[in-house]
Amino acid sequence: MTALLEVKGLTKRFGPLTAVDNISFSVERGEVLGFLGPNGAGKSTTMKMITGFLLPTEGSAAVAGFDVVGKPIEVKKRIGYLPEGAPLYGDMTPKALLHFIADVRGLSKVDRKRRIDEAIEKVHIAEVFYQPIETLSKGYKRRVGLAQAILHDPDLLILDEPTDGLDPNQKHEVRQLLRQMAPGKAIVISTHILEEVDAVCSRAMIIARGKVLVDGTPETLRAHRAASTSVSFRIASGLIDRFLPRLRAHGAVARVETISHAKGLASLLVVSRADQDVAAAVTALAAAENVLVQEMRAEARRLDDVFRSLTIGE
Amino acid sequence: MQNVLNITRRELVAYFSTPVAYVFLVIFVAAIGAFTFYLGSFFTRGQADLQPFFNFHPWLYLFLIPAIGMRLWAEERKSGTIELLLTLPISTFEVVLGKFLAAWLFTLIALTLTFPIWITVNVLGSPDNGVVVASYIGSWLMAGAFIALVACLSALTKNQVVAFIIGAAASFIFLMSGLDIVLGAFRGWAPEFLVDIVASLSFLTNFNQITKGVIDLREVIFFVSMIGIFLYINTAIVDLKKTA
Repeated sequence: MTALLEVKGLTKRFGPLTAVDNISFSVERGEVLGFLGPNGAGKSTTMKMITGFLLPTEGSAAVAGFDVVGKPIEVKKRIGYLPEGAPLYGDMTPKALLHFIADVRGLSKVDRKRRIDEAIEKVHIAEVFYQPIETLSKGYKRRVGLAQAILHDPDLLILDEPTDGLDPNQKHEVRQLLRQMAPGKAIVISTHILEEVDAVCSRAMIIARGKVLVDGTPETLRAHRAASTSVSFRIASGLIDRFLPRLRAHGAVARVETISHAKGLASLLVVSRADQDVAAAVTALAAAENVLVQEMRAEARRLDDVFRSLTIGE
Repeated sequence: MQNVLNITRRELVAYFSTPVAYVFLVIFVAAIGAFTFYLGSFFTRGQADLQPFFNFHPWLYLFLIPAIGMRLWAEERKSGTIELLLTLPISTFEVVLGKFLAAWLFTLIALTLTFPIWITVNVLGSPDNGVVVASYIGSWLMAGAFIALVACLSALTKNQVVAFIIGAAASFIFLMSGLDIVLGAFRGWAPEFLVDIVASLSFLTNFNQITKGVIDLREVIFFVSMIGIFLYINTAIVDLKKTA
């Protein structure tokens, strides 16, 4: 049994620019893969090639065994796609748009009614169902875009920034929806919101400059060796002027942030350089300087830091 | 075929959901009426035919067809909906054909709305209605060739104004290619047979043949094959943009 989505050596060049550089991966049913990466990393271009909107310069993508270049129609039948920015026909109402998509997708009259009703309920667009799409808010447009992607109950969902432009409640709903649908499908989303990876993805790939830097579960990502550790602690405010420069000068310390000042105590966050034990450094330094360090604790490695250190290429 | 009709239906509805359709229909009917009666001397020439009416069709199409055709692809590219459209399970040619048919049907509506002038000439005299029917069909075929040409150029750009201008310019060249204004550019250097080919591509010459009387199969084949060629080029342009 082959994977639902199989990408091999996918490459896209625009003139001298290599937007996607020899990317390979596969996605099984039940997996939610998150593409993470800065803007311009090649996430959208990769998605455009999988969905058949752009042809690869080299390499191949296959959905359920069908090659996207050789059998584009078979591939497109099995994909639900939300393009970047959720482009939709502004002059149509969600009703007209969903009917159009249902017709093109070849749903029967009976199916069409049921599927559209289901989609409306899933993404909560009932109240704007009869309004022209161009008059809708960004959040509603995004949800109509989602509705058209899930309408035909596809095996593979490709969603380019599905929660962009949504408010926190709507984001939460969309993530819940993705989790609900996950068991029966393969889902690929792109995002630059790291919490989203934690919230919905079973697997994450960090992409930068067209290359895959890391591919693993959110946990392995967080534990990636390039990740720095950090500790936070409090010291008396009066000691800061003396202690801070020494701390910054220490070899194991990458940076120091002052989090807050309260009641004569300052909270500091110290981030280590890669593979350095920052807690030991702080303790040793504090002992040498005769500074009392209170409430010292190790901070969980944040995906943000992993992401930054990987994509900036420290 | 069902896919083509789905696209056609959506595009036709799109025309009528903006003012474009209504502005076009009003201007087309009003302008063709004004030209026929004033410039064409419909009453004073004392003949019961629609020659002065049909004579102006090519010139109106020259500007009005680019106006309805410019949006076909340029608008999709501008708004990004082309990505939605081309990732649906339909072939590029089906989309090209669907869009073309929508615009072509739209011109059929416009032509149909000119029926009062046909009634008028029948009330005033007894025209050869066979010629009138042939001319209407010829006019619609010519409109189709213009639409296919403009649609194919619209696929080159995401700017509708650019699409309009290159569409109108190309339409002008194909309309006039039987006349010296275009042929002069070829005579100096091109061999005789090439000049003849260019001359034979003239929409105007072919259309005038039809309005003179019975429909000759040659003119029908000419317009139908022009439509076919431009739709083919249109498909190729859309597919080519996928590799860029």
